[in-house]
Amino acid sequence: MSNIDFDVAHLLAGSLVLVSFLQLYQDRLYALLNIYALHALVLATSVAWQAFVQDAPHLYVTALIALIFKAIVIPVALHRIIVRLGIHREIETVVGVGPAMLAGIGLVALSMVVMLRVTQEADPLAREDLAFALSVVLLGLLMMITRRNAVSQVVGFMSLENGLVLAATGAKGMPLVVEISIAFSILIAFIVIGIFLFRIRERFDTVDVQVLDRFRGDRR
Amino acid sequence: MTIAGVTFNPIAGVLLVPAIAAALLALLPAYRVTARLNVLATALTLICAVSLLFGRPQPNAYLLLDDLNGTFIVLTTFVGFTTSIFSASYISHELDIGRLTPPFVRFYHAMYQVLMFAMNLALVANNIGLMWVAIELATLTTVLMVGIYRTHEALEAAWKYFILGSVGIALALFGTILVYMAARPVIGEGLDAMVWSVLVARASAFDPALLDVAFVFLLLGYGTKVGLAPLHAWLPDAHAEGPTPISAVLSGLLLNVALYALLRFKMLMAANAAALAPGPLMVTLGLLSLVFAAFMLYRRRDIKRLFAYSSIEHMGIITFAFGMGGPLANFAGLLHMTMHSLTKSAIFFAVGHVAQVKGTQRIADMGGLTETHPVLGWGLILGVVAIAGLPPLGIFMSEFLVVSSTFARAPLLALILVFGILVGLAALFLRLNSIAFGEPRGPAGKAEASYVPMFAHLAIVLAAGVYMPPTLVAWFQNVAGLLG
Repeated sequence: MSNIDFDVAHLLAGSLVLVSFLQLYQDRLYALLNIYALHALVLATSVAWQAFVQDAPHLYVTALIALIFKAIVIPVALHRIIVRLGIHREIETVVGVGPAMLAGIGLVALSMVVMLRVTQEADPLAREDLAFALSVVLLGLLMMITRRNAVSQVVGFMSLENGLVLAATGAKGMPLVVEISIAFSILIAFIVIGIFLFRIRERFDTVDVQVLDRFRGDRR
Repeated sequence: MTIAGVTFNPIAGVLLVPAIAAALLALLPAYRVTARLNVLATALTLICAVSLLFGRPQPNAYLLLDDLNGTFIVLTTFVGFTTSIFSASYISHELDIGRLTPPFVRFYHAMYQVLMFAMNLALVANNIGLMWVAIELATLTTVLMVGIYRTHEALEAAWKYFILGSVGIALALFGTILVYMAARPVIGEGLDAMVWSVLVARASAFDPALLDVAFVFLLLGYGTKVGLAPLHAWLPDAHAEGPTPISAVLSGLLLNVALYALLRFKMLMAANAAALAPGPLMVTLGLLSLVFAAFMLYRRRDIKRLFAYSSIEHMGIITFAFGMGGPLANFAGLLHMTMHSLTKSAIFFAVGHVAQVKGTQRIADMGGLTETHPVLGWGLILGVVAIAGLPPLGIFMSEFLVVSSTFARAPLLALILVFGILVGLAALFLRLNSIAFGEPRGPAGKAEASYVPMFAHLAIVLAAGVYMPPTLVAWFQNVAGLLG
């Protein structure tokens, strides 16, 4: 593998982690969705580069799905949903920026330590890729637990899925079935979420998950 | 297998029958017809599943059949069949009182078959990617069914289940990718490196460190779906707020399917001598779930939540038994899993009808059930006696085996185990007392219930507790040997 191949792949995967950090401190939904679109765009570029480097044309399909579906269709649709729900201006109280970022840094360090140590045998590209992918997954999880709004939790979940795609494409020659399944699951997930958000609106007039918690069965 | 000149593939049967039935049920509007069609489809699937035990096709890159998943499939399709009978009478009552409308019932029946399809696919899958897809599909269908009543509680439960289930399933996918990464240098790129039967044959050469990390992710991921504490948060809500047939299928089957996925990866780990032993991790999570759920049983106000926590407790015992490993503990784990599936679904059949006649799920609002509805009341008592692990029912025998095999190897763990079981038993009887006896409370209307599925399950559990046929014992011993 030539040096430039590795460097570019490294750069793109690293950028994905960086964009995950950007997501962490967005307190407005509108901005958050824009950053998510950027996240998907970086992912699409990274997957396309992997397709080129590995000479695996089927990965271009995955890249295209990431570009069209995740970077364009979903953000646009979610923009429309939050406008219709009237929550696009809402400011969400995030767990302070400082602690969230510190926790994020801790998670990235953790995934580096874990993945780089166990993959010493693997080829360097896959190794770094896996470490970055785990960081993105963990940052997505962190985002899901620091947010109270259903829309931003969904964004957290989708960026987590982006991390999985990064991992799957980094694993050389992984059968296509998994990539398709990921794209497909996001599609289904999105439909489900769409239905839910509208239903939630109908029933509660809010998408703040903490309000939903009042209806817990045991507290009846 | 060839019947009347036509080549018949039973694996295709267990997959195609539910798939076709799902399409038909989505199209047909008439309720009476679809409820019967649902029963018919599950009965056909059961027949195909039983025929799998006799003639078995060669494994290929996607599908595999051995004694282990044969056991799971027969159990799954059997409980799926009896639940569909219960479901027919349950749903007709829900339609009468207007809690569900005909379009929702149509959707419900189609989803029921999709769920059966997904569970069967997860069980016969030989490809770890395919298995993941199937479990994801099963999760999504149950999310949709949990939210079907569209009440505050149902939507919240479905949302919580969806988010936690997705996170779990995402972690499981990461673990699956790591297994592929570990296999690739040995097996080479492509499809073969995700085929379970190939993986297990060559696992001894895999990088152990990578396998260790993979197993931790798989344990957390699929463990969420098994409902192991502390990853169980979705389970009580999902059980309490969805339709009761779905609670029965969730507890009786879906938890088992997730556990089955975990067992497959445990076998993979066991094939590599240098990798981490999965046993202690499973033992810890199992005991934690057992003790935690046993204490949680005391403060339940909702009857379906009560039995949901009891499911966490029993999944803990089963995971513990498989974590201990060895022929005897595995045998006990398998037996306990079978008995728990049958008993817990029977309890949910009873609870479904009880909640319908009383018009509530609150334990405080129901009382004196044995006076107002003797058959339901005594059925529920029998079920609780069984699930609490009293002799002479089947769960007593399996719990006894788990405890005695543990005493021989790790007495300290056995003490914790017995403690958890006793705490849970006391809690269940405390609640049962107020439900079944005392002053009758709530409406005393006549129950339009189908008792056959409930008593059929309880009869099997009783029979297994009194006398296990030697062929069945030999079969379970054989499967326990496979698990290592």
